[in-house]
Amino acid sequence: MSTNSYASSHPAHHILSVLVQNRPGVLARVSGLFARRGYNIFSLAVAPTEDPMLSRITIVVDVESAPLEQVVKQLFKLVDVVKISELDPRRSVERELLMATVRVPAEDRGQVVELTNIFEGKILAVGVEAITVSLDGSPDKLDDFEELLRGYGIVELQRTGRVALPKLDKEARLKAVKHGKAS
Amino acid sequence: MTQKITGAQALIRALELENVDTIFGLPGGCILPAYDPLLDSPIRHILVRHEQGAGHMAEGYAHVTGRPGVAMVTSGPAATNMVTPLCDAYMDSIPMICITGQVPTTAIGTDAFQECDTVGITRSVTKHNELIMSADDVPLMVRQAFHIATTGRPGPVLLDLPKDVLQNSMTWHWPSDEEVLDSLPGYKPVSKGHPRMIKEAARMILDAKQPILYAGGGILKARAADALRELAELIDTPVVTTLMARGAFPDDHPLCLGMPGMHGNATAITAMQKSDLLITLGARFDDRITGKVATFAPDAKIIHVDIDPAEQGKVRRPDVPIVGDCRLVIEEIIKAIKDLLNGGEKQQDISAWKSRVSGWREQFPLYYPTNEPGEALKPQYCLEQLRDGAPEGTILCSGVGQHQMWSSQYWKFNEPYTWVNSGGLGTMGFSVPAAIGAKVGRPDRTVWAVDGDGCFQMTAQELVTASVERIPIKVAILNNSYLGMVRQWQEMFYEERYSEVYLSPELPDFVKWAESMGCIGIRVESPEEVQPAIEKANSIDDRSVVVEFRVDAGEKVFPMVPAGFSNDDVLLHPDQNNRREFLR
Repeated sequence: MSTNSYASSHPAHHILSVLVQNRPGVLARVSGLFARRGYNIFSLAVAPTEDPMLSRITIVVDVESAPLEQVVKQLFKLVDVVKISELDPRRSVERELLMATVRVPAEDRGQVVELTNIFEGKILAVGVEAITVSLDGSPDKLDDFEELLRGYGIVELQRTGRVALPKLDKEARLKAVKHGKAS
Repeated sequence: MTQKITGAQALIRALELENVDTIFGLPGGCILPAYDPLLDSPIRHILVRHEQGAGHMAEGYAHVTGRPGVAMVTSGPAATNMVTPLCDAYMDSIPMICITGQVPTTAIGTDAFQECDTVGITRSVTKHNELIMSADDVPLMVRQAFHIATTGRPGPVLLDLPKDVLQNSMTWHWPSDEEVLDSLPGYKPVSKGHPRMIKEAARMILDAKQPILYAGGGILKARAADALRELAELIDTPVVTTLMARGAFPDDHPLCLGMPGMHGNATAITAMQKSDLLITLGARFDDRITGKVATFAPDAKIIHVDIDPAEQGKVRRPDVPIVGDCRLVIEEIIKAIKDLLNGGEKQQDISAWKSRVSGWREQFPLYYPTNEPGEALKPQYCLEQLRDGAPEGTILCSGVGQHQMWSSQYWKFNEPYTWVNSGGLGTMGFSVPAAIGAKVGRPDRTVWAVDGDGCFQMTAQELVTASVERIPIKVAILNNSYLGMVRQWQEMFYEERYSEVYLSPELPDFVKWAESMGCIGIRVESPEEVQPAIEKANSIDDRSVVVEFRVDAGEKVFPMVPAGFSNDDVLLHPDQNNRREFLR
C-alpha cells in the first residue's frame, strides 16, 4: 500500500518539531503518548541536535485522528519535552532520504541510472540483476521518484521520514544584516 | 566535607529532607537495601498486606493532608501491583511518590527473577517516572519527583531503583531549588492566569443572567475553597460541587447545590443544563458530568480555569480559557470583579434565576421510600444515620459503586478534605486502604470507610495492617449481596437479566472476618439496630470496627443520567416522576 505519498500529497498534514531532553526512554514516552491518546503518527525522525543535551523529534501527524491542539498540549505535558514547534509545510523546508533496490537486468540498467541522474540521486551499489539508488530531497520529489521506480520492480525500499526546519524569514534576515547583526 | 553513603541511605535521607513522615510499603528482594537504613530513620513505615493497599493508603494520606503520599515496594509483581493505585492517583490528580526496587543494572533486560519493565508499564499511569541508573543521581531524582508530583496538576511520580544503585556508594549532595529547576527545562507549570482573560471572565460573570459555579477537584488541589466561597458570595451565584469536589464548598451553604452528573441531584444537573454561564473551576467536563456532550448546557458560555492547558477545549471549547492555579486565578477574578463594580458597573439581576433554582430544590429533594416495618433495611437510611451520628470533622472514604454515590449524595460535606474517593478510575477496593492512609494523615479525626460487600472483599486484608499498626478506622459495609451498581444497570438496561452479579448472602461472614483481623464486628439487619450500632462504633477508638448493614438489594441510585443520555433526560426516582414538568 502506497501510504507513503499520503503526507506529502495531503494538504492537511502537520509537522511537529519536538525538542526533547536527550535521555533514555524519551522516544517511548512520545510514541507511547500518541498510542495512548489514539493519535496516528505518519512518520517520525529522531536525532540529537547541535546541543548534545537535546534531541529533535520530527513527527508528521495524521491530523484526521485527533485535533492537533490536543496532540500538542498532551505532548507538552511530558516532562522531557522542552519545546514544540508546529511547522507549516508552506513555511518550512522539509527533507527526506530514500534508498531503493530495484530489480533490473543489465541491459535495462541504463534506464534506472538515467532516471536517478535526472532526479540528481546517487547510485549506491550495482549487482548483476539489481541496483541500489538513493535520493534525498523534498518528500514530494521522493514520491515522484518512487512512483517511477515502481515500474521496474522495487525489491526493497526505505525512507527515513522527513526532517524539517522553518524557512528563514528573508526580510528579518536582511534587516539583521543591515543592522550589522549576522544572526 | 564530602561524605560517602550508599544510594539507599541517600534515598532515605532525601525522603526525610522532603519531610516524609510515613511510608506505606512492603519489602522484597530488590528493595531490601532501602529497608535497612529505614530502621535508623524517624520515618514511620506501615507494613501493608498487599502492595495495592500501600498505593491506596498513600493516596488517602495525600487526599486529606495535601502532602504527597509515599509508597515503597519491590520489583516485578510488587511494581505491577502498584499499577492500579498509580493510575487511580493519575486520574484523580493525587500527589504521590512511588518507589520501586528493580533488578541490578547488570541484570536489566535479561528477564531476571522479579524483573519487569516498571517504567515502561507505568509510563502511561504516572505524571512522570524515572529509572535511576546511578547512586549519585538519587537526591536530585527524589527532589525532582516531589517537585513534579506536587506542582502544576499534581500526580503520581515513580522512581525505579535497581538494587546495585541502592548498594553503591555516592557522594552526598542535596541539590538546591535552582538545580532542580535547571534540571527540568521542559517542566514549567503555569500558575498565574492571563490578566486579559481574567478581566474578560469578570465582565462575563457580571453580564450573566443564569450563572453557575462549576467547582471540580482542582479547587481542593489548589487549596482554593476559601477563595471559591468568597467568589460565590460576592456574585451570589449557586455552586455545584463534582464528585471530586465534595467539601470544596460547604453543603450547608445556601448557595450550594451539591453534586451534578450521572447520579447528581436533579437541581444541580438541571441548573448546569439551563445555565447561560458555567464558571468552571478546576473541573474537566468529565463524561459523568456532561452526559451526552452534544446536548450539555447548550446555552452556556464557558469560563474554564484549569492548571492543565490540555483540559482547555478537550471536551468543551471554552469562551474564556484561563490556565492557572485555581486559587490564584479566583483571587484575581474577585479583584477584577470588584474593580468593575467600584467603577460603577452592575451585576445583572440574577434573582429570577435563583428563584427558579430554588424551585427545583423544593420539588426535587433526594428521595428514597422509607422502610416499612419488616422490610429490608434501606442503604440510604444507613448513610443518613452514619452522617448524623458522625463526630465533627469526620473523614468519609468510599469504594466504588452504589454506596459511593449514596455517600456523596447523603453526606453533608461542610469542610474540605473530608471526602476521599476514587473518582476517575473508579477503583473497587479503594476505601479500606484509603481510609487507613487518611487516618494516618489525620489521626485526630474519625475516619469512616463506606464500602460495598463487593469492594470490601477486594482489599479487606488491610484491616490486618490497621490492627497491627494501631490505626483505628471504621468501616460500614452496605451488604446487598450484589455488585449493586452492575445489578442496577442490568435491571435497567439489560431487561433484568442478571449476569454474574450475585455474590452471596452468607459468605463471607463479615463479622467473623472482621474479628479475625483484630477488629470489632457488628451485624445490623433491621432499622432499629442501625443507630445503636453506629453509636457503639463511634465509641470505640482503640481498634477498627466493621459494621455490616444487611441492606435492600433492590434499591437503586436515583437520579440517574444513563450513559449516553442527555442531562435533559435525567431519570428521577419513579415516585418523583409526576413532577417532571417542573424541571423546565
